[in-house]
Amino acid sequence: MLTLNNVEVIYNDVILVLKGMSLEVPEGKIVGLLGSNGAGKSTTLKAISGLLKPEDGEVTDGNIVFDGREIHHMDAADIVRLGIFQVMEGRRVFEHLTVEENLIAGGYTRRNADLRGDLDMVYTYFPRLKERRTQTAGYLSGGEQQMLAIGRALMARPRLMMLDEPSLGLAPLLVLEIFEIIKRINQEQGTTILLVEQNANLTLSVADYAYIMESGRIVLEGYPKDLKENADVREFYLGLTEVGTRKSYRDVKHYKRRKRWLS
Amino acid sequence: MDLFIQLTITGLTNGAILALAALGFVLIYKSSDVINFAQGEFLLIGAYVVYAMVAQFGMHWTIGMALTIIVAIGLGILVERLVLRPMIGEPIISVIMVTIGLSSLLRAITFTIWGNLPKAFPAFIPSEPVQLLGATVGKDRLWAFSIALAMLLLFNYFFTRSKEGIAMRAVADDQQAALSMGISVKKIFAWAWSIAAATAAIGGALLANIVGVSGDVANFGLRVFPVVILGGLDSIPGAIIGGIIIGLLEQYTGGYIGQGLNQVLPFLILIFILMVRPYGLFGQEIIERV
Repeated sequence: MLTLNNVEVIYNDVILVLKGMSLEVPEGKIVGLLGSNGAGKSTTLKAISGLLKPEDGEVTDGNIVFDGREIHHMDAADIVRLGIFQVMEGRRVFEHLTVEENLIAGGYTRRNADLRGDLDMVYTYFPRLKERRTQTAGYLSGGEQQMLAIGRALMARPRLMMLDEPSLGLAPLLVLEIFEIIKRINQEQGTTILLVEQNANLTLSVADYAYIMESGRIVLEGYPKDLKENADVREFYLGLTEVGTRKSYRDVKHYKRRKRWLS
Repeated sequence: MDLFIQLTITGLTNGAILALAALGFVLIYKSSDVINFAQGEFLLIGAYVVYAMVAQFGMHWTIGMALTIIVAIGLGILVERLVLRPMIGEPIISVIMVTIGLSSLLRAITFTIWGNLPKAFPAFIPSEPVQLLGATVGKDRLWAFSIALAMLLLFNYFFTRSKEGIAMRAVADDQQAALSMGISVKKIFAWAWSIAAATAAIGGALLANIVGVSGDVANFGLRVFPVVILGGLDSIPGAIIGGIIIGLLEQYTGGYIGQGLNQVLPFLILIFILMVRPYGLFGQEIIERV
């Protein structure tokens, strides 16, 4: 469905952020993209959704193909119309609009749509948003705002939904709830999902396939069950030692293992 | 009592026209953070275009008004495309400076076409006096007030019910997030500028009918500043209520205390209100979750 081939992204004409990034998202699947801060995960999503331009970023090499069409030179608005929707990092709800107005804004590209039906669909996934639909979005709790951000994406009825760190700043139980809903959306709406996360454990539990990126390129990929077995992933992303017990801080100080994929 | 009603009605009319002018100003500020110093010139152009349509081409005033609105929308789109779009991504202060240049340009163009002498303008809206609650008021004032009020209600509906209106407020809140849901920010800016130009043109035309056509119309535009600061720079209801408050205040001070003071008092009130509510009566507080 979506393919990135050797994509290179440069900010401000000088800063090379993506250095030959390749990735594939098959239709109907949940694909995870893991990596630490500054690895280029968000940049990858913005390159796909066309949101680099306002930040002075540019795809300088490689290509991004969605359904057989090159999209890396298209406008963000046109990309949304093709069916790609990015839920931005940090929720970014419209604070001064009500919950329902936020949702209506999310469905902006759907001309002559069944607005009521779409709203009801979102409210079945997030009953809490229905209770709060006339409230100002800025005063919702963090979890509710994340729900609103995902609900807003659902309103556009995208074929590919890209989520940028939906777990950011949320309590563990709430994160579980959100991931549960993401999985349901994937199964019930048939929406393909590209999930960018730092929470490796949870991502590997919902994803069908996962990529691990570091400093602008993919360093490892595979099915979650294989990745969970990988010694590097266990150590650096799941925080487990080779024996499988939880790692203590003292061990880290004594011995820092080299990442094999870097050598 | 007669005097009171007289002053109230005059104040409401002036206030409604001020509110129309302020509305466009708020709209532009809300969607793009730009303070539009050319708002007064939009009023001026509205006044002269309606003058041309009605007095020079002899059209019926309703048709003249409709055409003026169309011209104004065209002007708004043109300004956005030629002047503001090249400025996207530049610092806001540069854009504000550009609007100051734009105001001189528009004023100069208007005076080049029509000359800078005041025009004798036959009041085009029927102005025979009518009795209202014991006071005598011109029908034109009632027209001006109803047209302004109808416009304001229409806008209120537009911003809370229509998809485009909600999208416009979304852009005001978070441009990049709006972009991520397929809302074209350029299109929204074009909307904002054309609506602003159109409301100002209506205001200008109504004003011209009352005070005549001259450069003074643009100076009336300067009075939107106390209005928008009072109501809150980014609040549409604020623009309306602010306009009406200032309109009434000017009339009451003029009528009861004395002419001259009525130009000063609004600013005194302004200072007082800003001390109590720095973001204006209805301005958006910055929402901060703790």
